[in-house]
Amino acid sequence: MSTATLEPRVHAQKNYLNADYGWKSWLFTLDHKRIALLYLVSITFFFIIGGSFAVLMRIHLVEPQGALVQPETYNKLFTLHGIVMIFFFLIPSIPAVLGNFLVPLMVGARDLAFPRLNLLSWYIYIVGGLFTLYSAIAGGVDTGWTFYTPYSSTYSNTQVTAVAIGVFITGFSSILTGLNFIVTIHKMRAPGLTWFRMPLFLWSIYATSIIMVLGTPVLAIAIFLLALEHLFHVGIFSPALGGDPLLFQHLFWFYSHPAVYIMILPAMGVVSEIIPCFSRKRIFGYKIVAFSSVAIAVLGFLVWGHHMFVTGQSVYAGLIFSLLSFLVAIPSAIKVFNWTSTLYKGSISYEAPMLYALGFIGLFTMGGLTGLFLASLATDVHLNGTYFIVAHFHYIMVGGAVMGYLGGIHFWWPKISGRKYPNGWAALAAAIIFIGFNLTFFPQFILGYLGMPRRYAFYPAEFQVLNVMSSAGATVLGVGYLIPLVYLIWSMRYGPIAEPNPWGATGLEWKTSSPPPTENFAQTPVVTEEAYAYAPQEAAGD
Amino acid sequence: MQSLPFQPEQASSIARSVDQLYYFLTAVTLFFTAVIFSIIFYFMIKYRRRAPDERPKAIEGSFPLEVLWTAIPTLIVAVIFVWSSTLYFRNSEPPKGAMEIFVTGKQWMWKVEHPEGQREINELHVPLGRPVKLTMTSEDVIHDFFVPAFRVKKDVLPGRYTTLWFEATKVGTFHLFCAQYCGAFHAGMLGSIIVQQPDEYERWLAGGAPGESMEQAGAKVFSASGCPTCHLADGTGLGPSLLGVAGHPVKLTTGETVTADDAYMRESILLPKAKVVQGYSPIMPSFQGQITEEQLNNMVAYLRALGQAQPKPKEEGKK
Repeated sequence: MSTATLEPRVHAQKNYLNADYGWKSWLFTLDHKRIALLYLVSITFFFIIGGSFAVLMRIHLVEPQGALVQPETYNKLFTLHGIVMIFFFLIPSIPAVLGNFLVPLMVGARDLAFPRLNLLSWYIYIVGGLFTLYSAIAGGVDTGWTFYTPYSSTYSNTQVTAVAIGVFITGFSSILTGLNFIVTIHKMRAPGLTWFRMPLFLWSIYATSIIMVLGTPVLAIAIFLLALEHLFHVGIFSPALGGDPLLFQHLFWFYSHPAVYIMILPAMGVVSEIIPCFSRKRIFGYKIVAFSSVAIAVLGFLVWGHHMFVTGQSVYAGLIFSLLSFLVAIPSAIKVFNWTSTLYKGSISYEAPMLYALGFIGLFTMGGLTGLFLASLATDVHLNGTYFIVAHFHYIMVGGAVMGYLGGIHFWWPKISGRKYPNGWAALAAAIIFIGFNLTFFPQFILGYLGMPRRYAFYPAEFQVLNVMSSAGATVLGVGYLIPLVYLIWSMRYGPIAEPNPWGATGLEWKTSSPPPTENFAQTPVVTEEAYAYAPQEAAGD
Repeated sequence: MQSLPFQPEQASSIARSVDQLYYFLTAVTLFFTAVIFSIIFYFMIKYRRRAPDERPKAIEGSFPLEVLWTAIPTLIVAVIFVWSSTLYFRNSEPPKGAMEIFVTGKQWMWKVEHPEGQREINELHVPLGRPVKLTMTSEDVIHDFFVPAFRVKKDVLPGRYTTLWFEATKVGTFHLFCAQYCGAFHAGMLGSIIVQQPDEYERWLAGGAPGESMEQAGAKVFSASGCPTCHLADGTGLGPSLLGVAGHPVKLTTGETVTADDAYMRESILLPKAKVVQGYSPIMPSFQGQITEEQLNNMVAYLRALGQAQPKPKEEGKK
């Protein structure tokens, strides 16, 4: 390893980036690493679009009567913000970018099990994205990302069908990616890489993939039925047509609650890689952390009813869903305790990825604990449908999933690009994002408790102060997100050349050059040690 | 009493108990956030890297610790679950003798009808200190009746009834919000709950000078729709007598017994073939689309009144 750092020889060496040139070499590539970069560019594009919608919303809400747009436009803004961020950024973010790049490297394989299917997944994702963009340009959609019927199916005059088709199509990309990961992790692990020697990132990607494969078809069914009623007036959800208005919510949340875990589990996996590396410690309680991912994936399928406590569902159903929702909090708590204990007696350094990971733990802890307010029936009645919900899920999805994603991008960027970024800027950006995030979303907890409902284009004047605070925080957060975009792009050309293993991390992906050659490894690696063997040699492995 | 700046007004009989749970949850959240943050900061400083070649020894994990920190959260969530579920369960049924008011949501207004016949739009007058039960439905999409000061919220669904109850404990005007996104002017679907002293409320009620009560209006709809043709009071008609039915058990052709609650009556008017009373044929026509939500509410109020009456003796053998 240390010999590699002595000779600067990046351009001389063949790697996946310079193996071929021209747009065809990218658009028809079967290399998982290049497909990962295709995803990276596309989800960044969607993140910027979804983020712009959020910026417009926060500017609008500075005034109680609405400062910027008509209510109809505001409704379209929050709808498209949600749809773009969830289906086109968060769900594909870590799995499709980092998962695609890392799963074969981490298992010591040349590529995913089905490289063509992998490329197809990206094309499907793009076609779904185009439908959604078309719907945005052709007038937008105003149903909320939740598409509740019968508003969406029989009352909205906006581009419901186009967006529904977009989300429907993109779902298949998710299914195929999940399938590819499951098969790869089962069948293509290098000799010696047993299940319990796998990096925890693989465990969480595996749990995520199971949710993708089992859950997404239900979303597809719900969306398909919605389109059927919207287009042909087949009575499924609308009582006026003889349907059941709550059926849609059951189907929708059966997928969309587990989808929260599609977003957060991979981020947990990333954090489980970063914390040991920058503490030079094996993760505390490896098996517990691994199984808690599986527990979250399984329990996650049984809690959808907590979105429906105030719909008039039976009191007994409410009790059961409440209990199960509390149970899903336990494996998450266990993970937090194990990450924290990993730091104990470690050798901790504070490069940017570690700052993101620690930020993740803090924000995820707050997001998780505020979830207790919503799993609890009596308080959920008051808080459901208010800004408290908005704050809670942004703590999980932005404070958790996006921090995890950025931490992962910073951790593996030297591997992906072969270059290093300026650590000072990266640390500054991490701090700005952490602070800006809290300034934006913490006031929303209070707003929600005070009773301000979500999805309001205008609001009673008494809520203005907290809304202005939130909007002010959003500008800080926005700046925080722009900084990495600048220095990461800058580093691709001007950054110092990265060695194969700049962080001194364990894991097969660090045993090949940075960036890796197209075939990943010259020979199939053989794994002889446990994961996270950071300790001195004699202590490793037991 | 002035409420805290970061606390919504407490103006219902349940508000205080919900807030107590809320404060407990806030305390749990703050405590654990503080614990995790402090430990992380402490470790960050104490175990910072002091030499580049530092290699700490591995710690595999600790089974007793894992058990401990599985048990502690489990215990805490068990306490929260029992506490919140008890509270929720206790608050789920309105007390006997609650005042009955009908609420209909439509894009983008709240329509209220008092049993005495007063109608209001985007306003709901209620007396202080008396339980009020709302029976709610929607004419179009899903809405949600949310009064933050009362800590109550319930979806208002098209095609079915949901109910909600509260007992106001403070005189004043309180926000009524629609908390389920319902289209372009969702944010404008606002109303006021006006809580008055009982005598003041009585005066307001009398001052409204309603033409007729809901029950009377319902009786008119009942006869105008031709219901009495078959639903003869003595039970000799083609349909069952409706005296003493509402609120009581009914035996169906399937052998099942159901309670003739509001939802059942509504269904039997709109989809009469769904649950047919034992001994009768499924011949009643549907009134779906024939009568408005308000007429339906009036009819339900009328049927409820009939439910109070003693059923007349029915001749055996008649179908």
